[in-house]
Amino acid sequence: MDFLDKTALEIGGLIRQKELGVVEATRHALERIEETEPQVNAYIQVLEEQALAQAGTVQKRIDSGEALSPLAGVPMGLKDNICTKGIGTTCGSRMLEGFRPPYSATVAKKLEDAGAVLLGKLNMDEFAMGGSTETSWFGPTKNPWNPGHVPGGSSGGGAAAVAVGSAFYALGSDTGGSIRQPCSFCGISGIKPTYGAVSRYGLVAYASSLDQIGPMGRSIQDCAAILSLLEGHDNRDSTSVQRPPLDFSRSFGGDVNGLRIGVPKGYFGDGLDADVKEPILRAAKMLESLGAVVEEFDLPIADYAVPAYYVVACAEASSNLSRYDGVKYGFRSEAGDTLQDVYYNSRSEGFGIEVKRRIMLGSFVLSSGYYDAYYKKGLQVRGLIQQSFQHAFEAYDMILSPNAPTTAYKLGENISDPLKMYLGDIHTVSVNLAGLPAVTVPCGFGKGGLPVGLQLIGRPFDEPTLVRAAHAFQMQTDYHKQHPQLAKGGNAK
Amino acid sequence: MTYELVAGLEVHVELSTASKIFCGCTTAFGGEPNTHVCPVCTGMPGTLPVLNKHVVEFAIRTGLALNCSITPYHKFDRKNYFYPDLPKAYQISQLYLPICQSGSLEIPGAANKRIGIHEIHMEEDAGKLIHDPWDDCTLVDYNRCGVPLLEIVSEPDFGSADEVVAYLEKLWEILMYLGVSDCKMQEGSMRADVNVSVRPVGSSELGTRTEMKNMNSMKAIHRAVTYEAQRQIELLDGGGKVMQETRRWDDNKDASFAMRSKENAQDYRYFPEPDLLPIKIDTGWIEAIRSDMPELPEEKRSRYQREFGLPEYDTQVLTSARELAYLFEEVTALCGKPKEVANLIMVELMRLMRDSDTLPENLSIDAHKVAALIRLITDGKINRNVGKDLLDKIYHSDVDPEAYVKEKGLMMLDDDDLVAKAVDAVLADHRKSVEDYKGGKDKAFGFLVGQAMKALKGKANPQTVNRILREKLER
Repeated sequence: MDFLDKTALEIGGLIRQKELGVVEATRHALERIEETEPQVNAYIQVLEEQALAQAGTVQKRIDSGEALSPLAGVPMGLKDNICTKGIGTTCGSRMLEGFRPPYSATVAKKLEDAGAVLLGKLNMDEFAMGGSTETSWFGPTKNPWNPGHVPGGSSGGGAAAVAVGSAFYALGSDTGGSIRQPCSFCGISGIKPTYGAVSRYGLVAYASSLDQIGPMGRSIQDCAAILSLLEGHDNRDSTSVQRPPLDFSRSFGGDVNGLRIGVPKGYFGDGLDADVKEPILRAAKMLESLGAVVEEFDLPIADYAVPAYYVVACAEASSNLSRYDGVKYGFRSEAGDTLQDVYYNSRSEGFGIEVKRRIMLGSFVLSSGYYDAYYKKGLQVRGLIQQSFQHAFEAYDMILSPNAPTTAYKLGENISDPLKMYLGDIHTVSVNLAGLPAVTVPCGFGKGGLPVGLQLIGRPFDEPTLVRAAHAFQMQTDYHKQHPQLAKGGNAK
Repeated sequence: MTYELVAGLEVHVELSTASKIFCGCTTAFGGEPNTHVCPVCTGMPGTLPVLNKHVVEFAIRTGLALNCSITPYHKFDRKNYFYPDLPKAYQISQLYLPICQSGSLEIPGAANKRIGIHEIHMEEDAGKLIHDPWDDCTLVDYNRCGVPLLEIVSEPDFGSADEVVAYLEKLWEILMYLGVSDCKMQEGSMRADVNVSVRPVGSSELGTRTEMKNMNSMKAIHRAVTYEAQRQIELLDGGGKVMQETRRWDDNKDASFAMRSKENAQDYRYFPEPDLLPIKIDTGWIEAIRSDMPELPEEKRSRYQREFGLPEYDTQVLTSARELAYLFEEVTALCGKPKEVANLIMVELMRLMRDSDTLPENLSIDAHKVAALIRLITDGKINRNVGKDLLDKIYHSDVDPEAYVKEKGLMMLDDDDLVAKAVDAVLADHRKSVEDYKGGKDKAFGFLVGQAMKALKGKANPQTVNRILREKLER
């Protein structure tokens, strides 16, 4: 059986029909991990024994006739900022090396209840701050399409694992594009859900008002199935919304007739690489040919999204990350005799450069005398961005755009130029500022055979319509069925 | 130069909700260190706060009692600072839109002065640091983390230490009656920080203020405010300047010491708490809470005078604790005779409570039994001495007064023949006293009454004994 060609739903189907055992599927995934990790480094921790034990338990539950879920028995990975009881959760940081949470995130529990098998914890930019997975304390993840390139970030480990077949799906988190951009860079599908659709309880916070957990998979259909397992109000998260479940029952008909799709002109200007622009516009044409109405329009305030995002996100991060002080858990510096020194040295040695940069930025914009000029202004811009999207959705059902201005860049290429790195978030951050849902699906390849992803942005809680368009696109294309040919012991093709 | 004192108060009150403000842990005081905790109140990575609705209700109740307007749309903010007793390194509090605003409280005294209440906001308490001198280390106890607090911020309306204490006593009383806090200063469930400044009499500008912390009794507060005003006056008179700073009161040394100056003041980097949604309070909820508000002590006192004709002193004593007032009202409702009830509670019951070291909040006595006791006395079924003993029995052993009286045969003897028989025997046995009485020693009469009562096992109506004894002696 060629596992690389199978989606998570297909694996789940084979397991349900007893054509494949859960332990067998898990064993296969673990072998694939062993085979690919030396080149990819997608995992921070692989839970070999536990995964096999869990697979046995899930198989028993299935055999006893327990109705679990379409994805029961399918092995998967969690980004390492999702708390797992008793299992190390590091956030890609030295600060949390060895930290074992005393509780599990709501999403982790939901997947466990649904019969998922946890293979391990996936690599990420430190505290989800970064777009390349290069800021991880545990070393960078490599892009399976070309290990000389980054997989994107911050959920780079999950994207690489799904692309290379060392997980059938993964959960990532998206604060400013951290699911969509790595999915795009690694040629897989993903959903950034509406803010409030999925519980954040147990997601180690980066920027609380922007963070959302979402699925990363081999097809948009997989992602919709995963999202159905994750979503719903959680009384442990006040910002999770009480509403009826998302209804995907009309999302897989393959038609886009009458859908109005807006293409923001500003997103396709000089900053966008031609090898990204071309596949995206081709995808737009295809949707048009399938019956959608595609139109260009202006999304005026979009230019201010990146600065507003970095002000708001860093402000929240500076507060969220204050708890890592070396007193209670995680890393504590050996140096220093006074409380002040323990704080100072633990935080200096425990955090990496990008995290420190954002903490300083955030502390600055909140400090007295600067609050009005920066933080308050950031919130105002955020409000304008929300309005500007609301306005756009009066005319369009969804907005089509790239996920990033380039394909996956080379390892080390941008790491010393934070501003350039930040500007790479131009197409994704406004979605988080506005709390909107967005999906991404592979839509072609750019220079050097690196994947390009198509982003569709929708109205709050209109994931089903986004999935409908994305699925129609995937029925007509096979970009999502192509896999990187990772050479054994060497570089990719 | 003559100076006048200007003071303002920040009072922190721990709310007596069963669970903490943002998680389900108990708020019970004490407990082994770090046993009343969970991932949420210890600020574990990834945890989120969920607001306890009762805290909002308690805050509204307090706001209404202090004549505040209730903010219909209010929010929480984060106050960021590093300290080991604060596990998230920020406190969830309210800066921009506190739940209650612009209220007032009238304090007793000649002028019945009104003290302005600037605002009341909700926040979470921090943990406790315990220094271990033996191992020279500091230990952290997170049990108190997340216990709900109200901070009641007054306007700078106080002109003396007496006014400060009068306000705190009145506030204490109101909070106790509202049932929102147990207000124990010693346990820290009510803490007051006082901002003190002085200015030349007649000046309208405020002087530089200092913030006094760490006073854990009314007396300490009085002393600290008086001391601090004097310190500032001496400083100014000596040509010095008052520094804006926080000072810690040391009650043993009867002095305060600078903790931190304004230059080192923390920048708390407040910003709206993103993990909690803004709270909308509709008028329906406010009205429901208003209609459910208990009668406050001041209202009770004037009602007791008006309705029951009790003297002011009695109303003060009865309302000194909510439990006593409620008992008084319940018993009176059952048996009438408010003055009888008041006397029994004020004299006999409060003596029993003192003798058994029982605080009002721990008082447990059945109002129906107390009412039955009052009825037995006022109906002349038992005499007062038996009544006193009976209260003791009700208080300690929860006996049923009617059954007990019947069982022990304690009914008052009002039978003239029986009393006369006993008096005759006493007179026969105590010739000496009879002669003393006839010789003009009035004291002897009391002795003879006592002997007759004793012979009647204390059950006789003392008036009957008096009357018959006098008749026989005069004969």
